[in-house]
Amino acid sequence: MNRDLYGKLVFELSHTGRRAIKIDSNNCPEATPISASLMRNKPLNLPELDEPSIVRHYHNISTNNFGVDTGFYPLGSCTMKYNPRINEEIAGHPEFSGLHPYQPENTVQGALEMYYTLQCALSEIGGMSEFTLNPFAGAHGELTGLMIIRAYHDSRNDKKRTKVIVPDSAHGTNPASAAVAGLKVVEVKSRPDGTVDVDDLRPLLDDTVAAVMMTNPNTLGIFERNIPEIARLAHEAGALMYYDGANLNPMLGISRPGDMGFDVMHINLHKTFSTPHGGGGPGAGPVGVRKGLEKFLPDPRVIRNDDGSFSLTGCKDSLGAVSATLGNYTVLLRALSYILSLGQNGLMEAGALATLNANYVKECLRSSYMLPIDTVCKHEFVFDGLKDKTSGVTTLDVAKRLLDYGYHAPTIYFPLLFHESLMIEPTETESLDTLNEFIDVMQRIAEEAITDPDTVKSAPHNTPVGRPDDTAAALNPIVTYAQLIGNE
Amino acid sequence: MHRYFPHTPHDIKLMLDKCGVKELDDLYADVPPELRLKKPYNLPPEMSEQQVRKFFNTLGADNEQLICFAGAGYYDHYTPAIIPQMIERGEFLTAYTPYQPEISQGTLQYIFEYQSMMANLTGMDVSNASMYDGTTATAEAMLMAIAHARKRNKVLISSTVAPAVRKVCATYAQYHGVELIEIPTTETGISDRTFVETQLANNDVAGVIVATPNFYGILEDYSGWADMCHQHKTLFIIHAIASDLACIKTPGEWGADIAAGDAQSLGMPLNYGGPYLGFLCCTKALIRKLPGRIVGATTDSNGKRVFVLTLQAREQHIRRDKATSNICSNQGLMSLFTAMYLSVTGAEGLREICREGYNGAHYLAKQLVETGRFTLTYPHSEFFNEFCLTAQGINLDELMELCVANGILPGVKIESDKLLVAVTETRSRQEMNRLIELVNTL
Repeated sequence: MNRDLYGKLVFELSHTGRRAIKIDSNNCPEATPISASLMRNKPLNLPELDEPSIVRHYHNISTNNFGVDTGFYPLGSCTMKYNPRINEEIAGHPEFSGLHPYQPENTVQGALEMYYTLQCALSEIGGMSEFTLNPFAGAHGELTGLMIIRAYHDSRNDKKRTKVIVPDSAHGTNPASAAVAGLKVVEVKSRPDGTVDVDDLRPLLDDTVAAVMMTNPNTLGIFERNIPEIARLAHEAGALMYYDGANLNPMLGISRPGDMGFDVMHINLHKTFSTPHGGGGPGAGPVGVRKGLEKFLPDPRVIRNDDGSFSLTGCKDSLGAVSATLGNYTVLLRALSYILSLGQNGLMEAGALATLNANYVKECLRSSYMLPIDTVCKHEFVFDGLKDKTSGVTTLDVAKRLLDYGYHAPTIYFPLLFHESLMIEPTETESLDTLNEFIDVMQRIAEEAITDPDTVKSAPHNTPVGRPDDTAAALNPIVTYAQLIGNE
Repeated sequence: MHRYFPHTPHDIKLMLDKCGVKELDDLYADVPPELRLKKPYNLPPEMSEQQVRKFFNTLGADNEQLICFAGAGYYDHYTPAIIPQMIERGEFLTAYTPYQPEISQGTLQYIFEYQSMMANLTGMDVSNASMYDGTTATAEAMLMAIAHARKRNKVLISSTVAPAVRKVCATYAQYHGVELIEIPTTETGISDRTFVETQLANNDVAGVIVATPNFYGILEDYSGWADMCHQHKTLFIIHAIASDLACIKTPGEWGADIAAGDAQSLGMPLNYGGPYLGFLCCTKALIRKLPGRIVGATTDSNGKRVFVLTLQAREQHIRRDKATSNICSNQGLMSLFTAMYLSVTGAEGLREICREGYNGAHYLAKQLVETGRFTLTYPHSEFFNEFCLTAQGINLDELMELCVANGILPGVKIESDKLLVAVTETRSRQEMNRLIELVNTL
C-alpha cells in the first residue's frame, strides 16, 4: 500500500456536500418538533463521503493489518487458529441475525435450540453440568464465574470467604476480575519448573478462601500435574476450584476440567472454538459449573421443556444478570458451527496436534533461544530471550525483526516470571512447512543478533510504519481527531 | 486428519522424532491417567460444510423474522451493504488486539476514527475503544464513579433507565460492594429530581445515572442536574441511545461527566442480542480513570503520524489486583462497524434517519390512541421514536399473538397492560397501517 496516497483518516477525505446514503421517506406527516431546549446544538462533525471513497478507505487501511488469514500468528496465550469461513456465513444468516432479543419465545425456538445445543456440547467437553453462554468475553466469564462462587458461599451463609488464590504466573485478568468481583487476591508461588508450589499453597488455604483460580496448562504451557492434590486441598478447606479456560485448547480430546476437580470454568470461544478475534472483539466467555451449582448461573438461562420446546428462565438463587439477554449470540453460532464441523473425531485430534506443533518448534529453536523450563510443553512454551545475549538484542527487538520477515510476533514480556519472556503458541492449524519457515527465520534472527545487531535493534524496516513513540503518546494523549487538529 | 488440520502421517512421524517421542500420547505422559478422557466425547462425527449449512437452515426455519416495532434499547435500523462486506475482510476479522502497531495500523486507525466520532456524537471530550455492550458499559461507568470518589460507595440510578441496564448494574454493584439506589419515576414518566436532591445532600453519593431518551422513549429535561451533582462532588452519568444523539441534546451538552450506552442503534443487526457495542465517553479530566483500551496518535521512527494503544498503565493487565475494571479488550470489529456506519450516514443522513423515526413514531402513536384500545401512558412528556402505551380493555397477549400470526412484532410488553413501541426509518407507513388495522380488529 502507498501510505502517501492512502494514509489519511476518514475525516481528511471529507468534502462538504458528499453523501453515501439515501434514506427512504415513510411519508408520515411532519410531527410537531421537539422543544428546542431538548435538541442538540453542538455541531455534529461526521465525515461527508461518497460510497466508493468509503470502501477504498477501509479496504486500504485493512492492508496495513496482519491477521491469521495473512500469515503465521504465534501469539502465545491467544490461540490464533484458523477461523473457518462457513462460520461467518452461518453468523450472518438472517433467520438468526434478524431476531429481536425480546421476541416471544415461540418465535425463536430455533435460536433457543441452538443455544441449548452449544451449551450441552460445551458441558460435554468441559466435563461440567451446565454452561451459561451469556458472558461477552473471557474476562467477563471470569467475573461471572467468581460471582457464581460468591453466590454459592453466600447461599451457605459462609460470609468470611473473601480471598481468591491465584498463581504468580496467572494472566493479569485473573486478579483484576477478582478485584471487580469484590475479592482479595493472594498469590501462590511457582516452583522452578513453573507449576504451583503445593507446599506454598497449603498454608494459604483456610476458611477465608473462596476459590483457587488456575489455568491448566498454566501460562508457561506446562500441565499442573498436582492438580488432583490441589483440588483435594482446596475442597477440604471449603473453597471452590476455578478453571480459566484460556489454555483449554491442548486439552481437547485429552482431559476435561471437570474431571480434574474444577467446579467452575470459563471458555474463550475466540480461542479454542475458533471464533474470530476481530481486532479485539467481539468474543464470548461461556461459564460452566459442576452439578449442584446450576442454580447460581446468571439469568436468563435456556431450558428444554418436557415437550421438547425451549424456554428462557430465571432462578431466585441466580447471581443476577451479567448481560441484557443471551450474550454475543452470533459469536455462539460460529462456535457451534465449528464444533459440528470438527465433530467428535476432529475435536479428539485438535489438542494433541496443537501440542505437537508447540513441542516441535521448541525443540527446533532451543539451540538459539534460552529455554528456562526444559520439559514437554502443551500448546505453548516460553523462551527467556536469546541464548546469547551479549549483543544486547532484547526480546522486543526479536519480536520487531520477526515483523520484517512477515510474521506476527509472539507474546512478549509475559509471563512476568522471566525478564525476556517470548511466548510461542503455534496452534494445530499450522502446517509443518509454515513451522519450518518460521524456525528458519527465528534462527536467522538469532544469527543477525550476533553479526548485525544494529539491524535487529532498529527493526522493523519493512512494515507499513516504523516503531512508534509510545512515550509521547502517553505524555500528551491525543485520542480524537478534534484533539489532533487542535479543535477541541 | 480433519480438513482444518494440515498434518500428514509423515509430518507427524517426523515431528515426533524431533521431539524424541514415539506417539502423540507420549506428549501427555505428565497428565495423571485418572484425569484422562476414558472415551471420546459424546458428540456427532464431523460434518461436511454442506451438512453444517443444512443443520443451521433447519434450525433457522424454526425462527420467525417479524416486522419489528420492538425497541426497549435495541432497534431495527438499516445496515448498509458495504459494512458487513468490509468487516469480513480477513485482515480485520482475523487480527487480534493491536499489540504490534507496525502491522496493526488498520485496527488502530479505525479505533481512532471510532473514538473521534463517538466523542463528538455524545458531546464528550474523549472515548475509549469501546466496551461489550450498553449494559456493561453503564456498569463500568458506575465503577468509574466509585473509583473517582474513593471513599463513597453509593450510586443513584434512575428507574427510567432500561431495566436490562439496571439489572446488570445491580449485579456489578452487589459484588463490588456498591450501594445502588433507584431514583423513583414520577407520574409523567421521568426521574424524580427532589429525591435526587435529598440524596445528594448527604455528600456520600459517587454518581448519578439517568437516561436520554429514557426507557419510555421520553426526553427528560436535565437542566441544572450537572451543577446539582457537581456541588456535591458527584459524577453525572447519562445513558444514551447512540443514533438519537444526532438530534437530541447530548450528554456533553447536559454537562455529564460520563456518557455510556449501546451503539446497536447505529445500524447493527439485532443479532438476537449481540454482538453490539457499548460506548463509554467522558470528560478530558477523567481520561486516566477511563477503563478499557484507548488509541492515541503519535509519530513513528520516520516522523510519520501513526496510532498506538496508549495510557496502558491504567489497564488491568498492568494493575492486576489494584485494577478497578477487568476489561482487557474492546468490541473490535463492532467499533469498525460503527466508524463505517457514521461515515456512510454522515451527520445529515443520521439526522434524516432520526427524523423518519420521529415522524413515524408520532404518526403511529396518534393512530393507535385513536383506535380507543390504547392511551399514551405519559401523555405530558415529549417522546422521540419510542412510546409507551397503556392498554384499554384489550389483552396484550392476544394482541401479540394476533400480530405475530400476521408477521408483525408490535412492540415489547413491559407490564401486563403496557406496550413499548418503537419506529425506525425501516418501518413504512404501510406497515404501521397494518398494525393499526390489526389493533382495530380486537
